Amino acid sequence: MEQITNLLAITLGAILANNFIFSQFLGICPFLGVSKKVDTAVGMGVAVTFVMGLASAITWLVNTFILIPLDLGYMQTVAFILVIASLVQFIEMFLQKSMPTLYTALGVYLPLITTNCAVLGVALLNIQNSYNFIESVVYGITGGLGFLLAIVLFASIRERLVFADYPKNWDGFPIALVTAGLMALAFMGFSGLKIW
Amino acid sequence: MNTVYAIVVLGVLGALFGLVLAVASKVFEVKKDPREEAVLSHLAGANCGGCGYPGCAGCAAAIVAGNAPVNACAPAGAENAAAIAAIMGLEAPSGERQVAFVRCNGGTNAKKRFDYVGVKDCMAATKVAAGPLDCSFGCLGFGTCVSACQFGAMSIGPNGAAVVDPDKCTACMACANACPRHLIVSVPASKKVHVACANQDKGKAAMSVCASSCIGCGLCQKECKKDAIHVVNGVAVIDYDKCVGCKLCTKVCPRDAILPAATAEEKEKYKAIKKAQAEKAAAAKKAAEEAAAKAAEPAGTAQ
Repeated sequence: MEQITNLLAITLGAILANNFIFSQFLGICPFLGVSKKVDTAVGMGVAVTFVMGLASAITWLVNTFILIPLDLGYMQTVAFILVIASLVQFIEMFLQKSMPTLYTALGVYLPLITTNCAVLGVALLNIQNSYNFIESVVYGITGGLGFLLAIVLFASIRERLVFADYPKNWDGFPIALVTAGLMALAFMGFSGLKIW
Repeated sequence: MNTVYAIVVLGVLGALFGLVLAVASKVFEVKKDPREEAVLSHLAGANCGGCGYPGCAGCAAAIVAGNAPVNACAPAGAENAAAIAAIMGLEAPSGERQVAFVRCNGGTNAKKRFDYVGVKDCMAATKVAAGPLDCSFGCLGFGTCVSACQFGAMSIGPNGAAVVDPDKCTACMACANACPRHLIVSVPASKKVHVACANQDKGKAAMSVCASSCIGCGLCQKECKKDAIHVVNGVAVIDYDKCVGCKLCTKVCPRDAILPAATAEEKEKYKAIKKAQAEKAAAAKKAAEEAAAKAAEPAGTAQ
């Protein structure tokens, strides 16, 4: 029971209270770059969720069974970048062969994730929070879902911004950043969330 | 010691992942049609979009799939089309290089109904009371085709109408798609005589809107020895299969609508030659008649 409560707390925390984008400011680059249309935003969000879940599992294994026994904890960042980069490559090849439809749907976003700091962030945070394997995977997947939620909400707002009447020199990134800031403020409201 | 561990561990990890990826690239290899790459190497590579596919890679895929003709890439030229045809196992398409041609030489010769001061764009200009020109067929000269051209072959000529530089033109026809008046057509590059007017109005109506409009008088049609120019829908049209480029039509055109326009001097000269020819022909006819009459006379006396 306690395990389940714990996982629920991690889930709610990753999606709402400690949202990767709005409260930890990780993965801002794809968040701003791929949020002009809801369709592409969904594609990016799903791809990130997928990779974050897998990366959490593998980096936890690498850390626990290779780095910690050899007392190489300080090499985490380098080792994790290596893991994530090869993992994304591997997933790309695998999808192209076995799930061509998903591959074409994710398209260019899959290789883009290699340099998404939210993925590296989730791997490092798993270690920092000393999560066990299951907790790590759950944190990875729900963190990805939080990213998906944030980018889809943001993209749908940006689509409507076209009709908004704001000063012309705010066009493009300025108004997008203001929007993102206001959304981050709104998400601060979840920080009081508590799990009994 | 710890440093050595770090180097070894990361080296081994890297080598391991590299090995896995190498194996995966073989196991999960997706067979791509090798012809696609071969076709792509024979396309122009400008990603101009003139073929209607997204970029050259898209065009190559369409050619391999059989959805596009082997000469879909106009900028690549006939040689490359033949090479692609060889890759695809098809016959090389015949036909010479084409270039774009603007069927209007009006510009400043065309009468304006009002001064247009809006966005400098042909499409925008046509939206304001059907454009500032009296002629509803003519080139507006705001250069939408110039900006559509990826090869720097289009420009606004000295008299205000768009002109094509045939040396730079690749016949991608992006300009033709951009022109709201549909004035740009593709013509064989070797042919030099073109009708630079698209005005379908007849006689006075065409004459009143522009100083260099085709009025459909049909003089060129009568003059052509090769039956290569005809008035169709009130405007002269050249049949490029028959035209030999003798330029007789340019010399009789009263409106200078056929390019290259003959100078007044050339026209006078041609008129003089024609007059001399006509006199000669009349004289010859007279002589023949006289000869026939003489031949008939002795026959009559014999009777």
